[in-house]
Amino acid sequence: MNNNWNGFVGKAPAVTFANELGMIPFERLVIYAAEAGPEMVDRALSREPGSLTLEDFAVLLSPAAGERLEEMAQASRAVTVARFGRTMQMYAPLYLSNECLSSCTYCGFARALPIVRRTLSVAETKREAEHLLAHGFRSILLLTGEHEKATGVEFLEQHVRALASAVPQINLEVQVWSEAEYARLVAAGCEGVTIYQETYHPQTYARVHEAGRKRRYLWRLLGPERAARAGMRRLGIGALLGLHPQWRYDAVAVAAHTAFLQKHYWRSSISVSIPRMRPSESHFSPERPVSDRELTQYVCALRLFLPDVGLVASTREPAELRDGLFRVGITRTSAGSATEPGGYEEPDEAGEQFQIADERSVREVVEHLRGIGYEPVWEDWARPTEAAERMLVRNRLPA
Amino acid sequence: MDDPLKIADREFGSRLLVGTGKFGSHETMRDALFASGTEIVTVALRRVDLEATGGPDILEFVDAQRYLLLPNTSGAVDAEEAVRIAKLARSAGMPDWVKLEVTPDPRYLLPDPVETLSAAESLVDAGFTVLPYMGADPILAKRLEEVGCATVMPLGSWIGSNKGLRTRDALGIIIEQATVPVVVDAGLGAPSHAAEALEMGADAVLVNTAIAVAGDPVSMAGAFKKAVEAGREAFQAKLGPQRGEADASSPLTGFLDR
Repeated sequence: MNNNWNGFVGKAPAVTFANELGMIPFERLVIYAAEAGPEMVDRALSREPGSLTLEDFAVLLSPAAGERLEEMAQASRAVTVARFGRTMQMYAPLYLSNECLSSCTYCGFARALPIVRRTLSVAETKREAEHLLAHGFRSILLLTGEHEKATGVEFLEQHVRALASAVPQINLEVQVWSEAEYARLVAAGCEGVTIYQETYHPQTYARVHEAGRKRRYLWRLLGPERAARAGMRRLGIGALLGLHPQWRYDAVAVAAHTAFLQKHYWRSSISVSIPRMRPSESHFSPERPVSDRELTQYVCALRLFLPDVGLVASTREPAELRDGLFRVGITRTSAGSATEPGGYEEPDEAGEQFQIADERSVREVVEHLRGIGYEPVWEDWARPTEAAERMLVRNRLPA
Repeated sequence: MDDPLKIADREFGSRLLVGTGKFGSHETMRDALFASGTEIVTVALRRVDLEATGGPDILEFVDAQRYLLLPNTSGAVDAEEAVRIAKLARSAGMPDWVKLEVTPDPRYLLPDPVETLSAAESLVDAGFTVLPYMGADPILAKRLEEVGCATVMPLGSWIGSNKGLRTRDALGIIIEQATVPVVVDAGLGAPSHAAEALEMGADAVLVNTAIAVAGDPVSMAGAFKKAVEAGREAFQAKLGPQRGEADASSPLTGFLDR
């Protein structure tokens, strides 16, 4: 397959999110998000969930809406429970490598940082995966830094193939690829990709991505579309809140991006992660950190705007906040995570991407979820692969 | 049993089928199934821990002696995958009955009519008893019947919406024309919706979300049981005709008799 200039196979799509992004009236929306009055909040909250406009979404990010956060949270919870039930999908990150050629000012893997670099062999990756399987996980997110050679498509194919017979659901959070390259990863057994744009604000993006392939804003922005066209069934997106001083700008962009993907790539299931800047070796400190209350408001607004989007909370956030957010609108979460390659079987040997804040064990998180009336869902494979058939062992089912 | 629901070669005392998704715990699900009086329980094969190495598995909470376990193909996006899942369930020792779901769209989980018909045909050929989830399209219902499906399962509204019988008029045609049982599946949000479906002549209903996400799922399951029984009884008792307006108290043509 041949790629054209922006990485699509064959004819480029007539409309991409790049077109749409250019038409979003950010200036006006950010003003709404900062200065909306109570009557605008009333109007946004009176709408049926799922029928809000992007303006309404921006209004729900405002301080005026923040005064009605409890009301928003109640509505968000009701919609979430109706759509997803009292269940929580569980996944675990597995870092394959912290090698990186990009220099991103906020990241613990950035090229110039003096951390211990490590790339797992296939055998080491299998050991890490066995560790996670033994803890119950069936959905694993493989992560790497951005290093074309050390962790290129062939490397990823090998590692995905090695896990495909044992892990029902494999997702990737790695550098972005062309449509043809994504198709190879789909064929290897990967079903989903997560691509954070980090910030949708082009100038901020250029400022924090100092060097390396990740500097290419548009290439990254269209990554989810290329992945969807290649057959990836699950797309995860998100902004790293705190990179751009106006977090509401990125919040609006994430909401618009999600709505675009749902409409144009309707076969893929879309989820949104809500990461905030965490301490790392990079010592980046946000000019304007996002508060717990603002993060919660963001979750509620996303849920009311997009009732059926998956919302993901990782162990970046502290236990108490995560526990609160689980009841408000989160549908997918990790637990007991390590953010360095080899970190499950051999912790503390290599540099980590960021410090985790929720240090509870898997068991503790699961017990908490059960305690608040949620059933953790581990097994939810989407594609009936040969691997799934091979996993079918022993006559354990009732005849 | 009086007035059994007959599907293929089996008879069932209950006209309420129940799904197993979205419950807050397996224990609540088990108790709700019991309270519903159901005899047919559908389980997503993708939620079953085939390897049986993890924690408690959903199947441990569904008594295979009490219920017909109806594996469903949820997660399948085309005919090929649906057929594969059904065969996987059968080789796992589950019954060769299958609730066919082919839903390429992850948001509304609407059934793909083209792929559903194609999968139904293959599965009937492979010896399965096929219960297909479908849009409320009367012609599609006839086509599914013709390829040998044991029921048709048109949606009342989309899965999980709890909106009730938004497709009522089309359901009326499907019920009128059907030669296999019509099971209204999806969108029933309240016992009154289930009663309404049975009153209009549907043979059965399938309910999941409305029970699973209720404040008290076990009580709600009991409420659906009663509603389904009441709806069926009302259908058999034959409802009185509906009238748009009251009759004029004095006949308009009375003057002719004077």
